[in-house]
Amino acid sequence: MACLVRGSLKRKIMNNIIQKSALSAYVPWVVSAIVLSILPFIFTGGGAITIMNQIGITIVLAMSYNMLLGQGGMLSFGHAVYMGIGGFVAVHVMNIVENESLWLPLPLLPLVGGLVGLGFATIIGSFSTRKAGTVFAMISLGIGELIAACCIIITVFFGGEEGISGDRTMAPPTFGIEFITQKEVYFLIAFWVLISVFCMYLFTQTPVGKMANAVRDNPERAEFVGYSMRWVRFVSFCAAGFFAGIAGALFAINYEILTEQNLNLNMSFQVLLATYIGGVGFFLGPIFGAILFTLLQTVIGLQTDLWALYTGIVFILMVMFLPAGLTGLFAMHLIPMQLGRLGMLVRPYAKIFIPGLAFLIGSIALIELINHARHHGEEQFMTLFWIEFDTKSFLPWIVFTLMVVVGFYISRIIAREVTEAWGEATFVEGERR
Amino acid sequence: MAVEALKLDNVKKNFAGTEIIRGLNLSVAQNERHAVIGPNGAGKSTCYNLITGRYELSSGRVYLKGEDITNLQPYEVKRKGLSRSFQITNIFPKMSVFENVRCSLLWAMGYKYSFWHMVGGQSKLNEDAEKIIEELNLKDRRNTLAGVLSYAEQRALEIGITIAGGSEVILLDEPTAGMSVSETEYIVGLIRKVTEGKTLLVVEHDMGVVFDLADRISVLVYGEIIATGTPTEVKENQAVQEAYLGAAMEEH
Ligand SMILES: Nc1ncnc2c1ncn2[C@@H]1O[C@H](COP(=O)(O)OP(=O)(O)OP(=O)(O)O)[C@@H](O)[C@H]1O
Ligand SMILES: [Mg+2]
Repeated sequence: MACLVRGSLKRKIMNNIIQKSALSAYVPWVVSAIVLSILPFIFTGGGAITIMNQIGITIVLAMSYNMLLGQGGMLSFGHAVYMGIGGFVAVHVMNIVENESLWLPLPLLPLVGGLVGLGFATIIGSFSTRKAGTVFAMISLGIGELIAACCIIITVFFGGEEGISGDRTMAPPTFGIEFITQKEVYFLIAFWVLISVFCMYLFTQTPVGKMANAVRDNPERAEFVGYSMRWVRFVSFCAAGFFAGIAGALFAINYEILTEQNLNLNMSFQVLLATYIGGVGFFLGPIFGAILFTLLQTVIGLQTDLWALYTGIVFILMVMFLPAGLTGLFAMHLIPMQLGRLGMLVRPYAKIFIPGLAFLIGSIALIELINHARHHGEEQFMTLFWIEFDTKSFLPWIVFTLMVVVGFYISRIIAREVTEAWGEATFVEGERR
Repeated sequence: MAVEALKLDNVKKNFAGTEIIRGLNLSVAQNERHAVIGPNGAGKSTCYNLITGRYELSSGRVYLKGEDITNLQPYEVKRKGLSRSFQITNIFPKMSVFENVRCSLLWAMGYKYSFWHMVGGQSKLNEDAEKIIEELNLKDRRNTLAGVLSYAEQRALEIGITIAGGSEVILLDEPTAGMSVSETEYIVGLIRKVTEGKTLLVVEHDMGVVFDLADRISVLVYGEIIATGTPTEVKENQAVQEAYLGAAMEEH
């Protein structure tokens, strides 16, 4: 992408977009608040609200993760730990509230989770932020493994394999609301998502938030303008822990149970993936990542046993071909759009769609077919993409293989056309350096 | 006499057993423009790195306005009022020119690790940043990412980052290296302007610039200062002629 966004006119366009969005500072927040409040009246199904709640939690988590990765240049492999600890404490607090040894309305519980995340991040960050890069990444991995192991060992707190559970409805009612329905919980989550994202945005606008970018870009120079890179990282790290803790408490409220799976390395990887899919270079990137990731996870996750395989493949492809993420892909297209040449791309995109889709469907079908033959060989029929077919006959194997091979071959040819069209659509006279 | 702005006392530095800086003594008076010249590999940049805490000294002491700053961290040295530029451009490439300058002002203006100020609302901070950008002649590049500026523009920004926040002692490392005549002229004018009333130590290969800018000159050869004096004194110094200046002057 970097090589395509060259030349000063293109830069000017990008800058224009950035400035404009800064001018109308309050509009996006008000609009978001309105959208969030009407969403449950559009998607009224219980399933839809459950998914939206999950998305909200993932948004806070992914955004907090991006404070490290995108804003601060810290690659963490153990971010779920801060969410998990915040969540576990939140469940314990829920239980204490249930016993009436503490008075705390449920909507304030995320604050408790946040403070726990902050506290834990302060302890870990005090030594892990000393170095960035590999050392930081390795420590985060170690802490992730360590805490996951503690889950099984320290059963009083983590509840062992079963985890611990609570009951959110036993908290004192807030304005008469007892948070019994998913919809009531939705509004609680939506409120905290908005507050958290807003605060995380404000953080990027503070001196230490700006210096986090500076330290990411050039830690040495940051020291020569008066900032200790370690302290800058530490502050970002603590802030990220705080918001992860909020996500944890939201999780506790929504699911009323926490287990080792909510803070292990696999969970941390999912956070990384959701953030990365959205685009780490953009403040709003993780929001799109969280939405898409959760949708894929909940929708596709129900259809296949191979969810982990697909996430792995998606991750590799993203890193290789779309390192700027979905937001990056979108931002890329702002240039031809501003030049009024978006139309030039429609035809080649439409042309590559069919063979590309054929390749995609063929690949997935082959993978599923192999998995079926390997693990459910005794069942003769399987259903894929709403079509039932006989796995013992050769036909599906041949069809899917053909789809993969032919789809790939034609896509490759048309890809050249797409590249050419892209070059033309973004070309600016005399702007090549 | 007033206390020296910067003083190096018998500073030594070994790299893997090789002595690169071999007992360096240097004093720079307050409000003086002092140039350090010397052949390639003499240890000029190393000397800067020792002063600013990038490298640790093998022995010796460094004093800033009489205060011992030996082996302090780079950010501590900066906070005590000494700022430096780099021979190899060292900026924040993925931030805009404006953000580069503004970030360089933050500590000096007392914001520290604040997460309760909004930088956008700090009018003095933003005005100062704009002023520096104007001085640097980078106004139409204000929102451009620093990493895609031309070389000369990056060098100007390098100086901007260094002088932002108004450190009293400024160290510049080859500010005009690799520049055309007109660019050099522009940079020298800029240096003159922004170091008004400050102490400047500048490493420079361009003798025209050195004799134009410096009140005093020190000649560094193989990790030792072999002469210090006014431009005229240095030019006439026999040892300097032999060791370095003769060749450099002819070249010029
Ligand atoms: N980190 C280091 N490790 C080992 N040797 C080093 C290191 N830094 C500098 N040197 C050596 O110290 C000597 C002086 O280098 P320095 O960069 O200070 O020279 P200089 O006077 O700035 O030269 P130039 O005019 O080329 O910039 C060189 O021989 C260099 O190889
Ligand atoms: Mg040098």
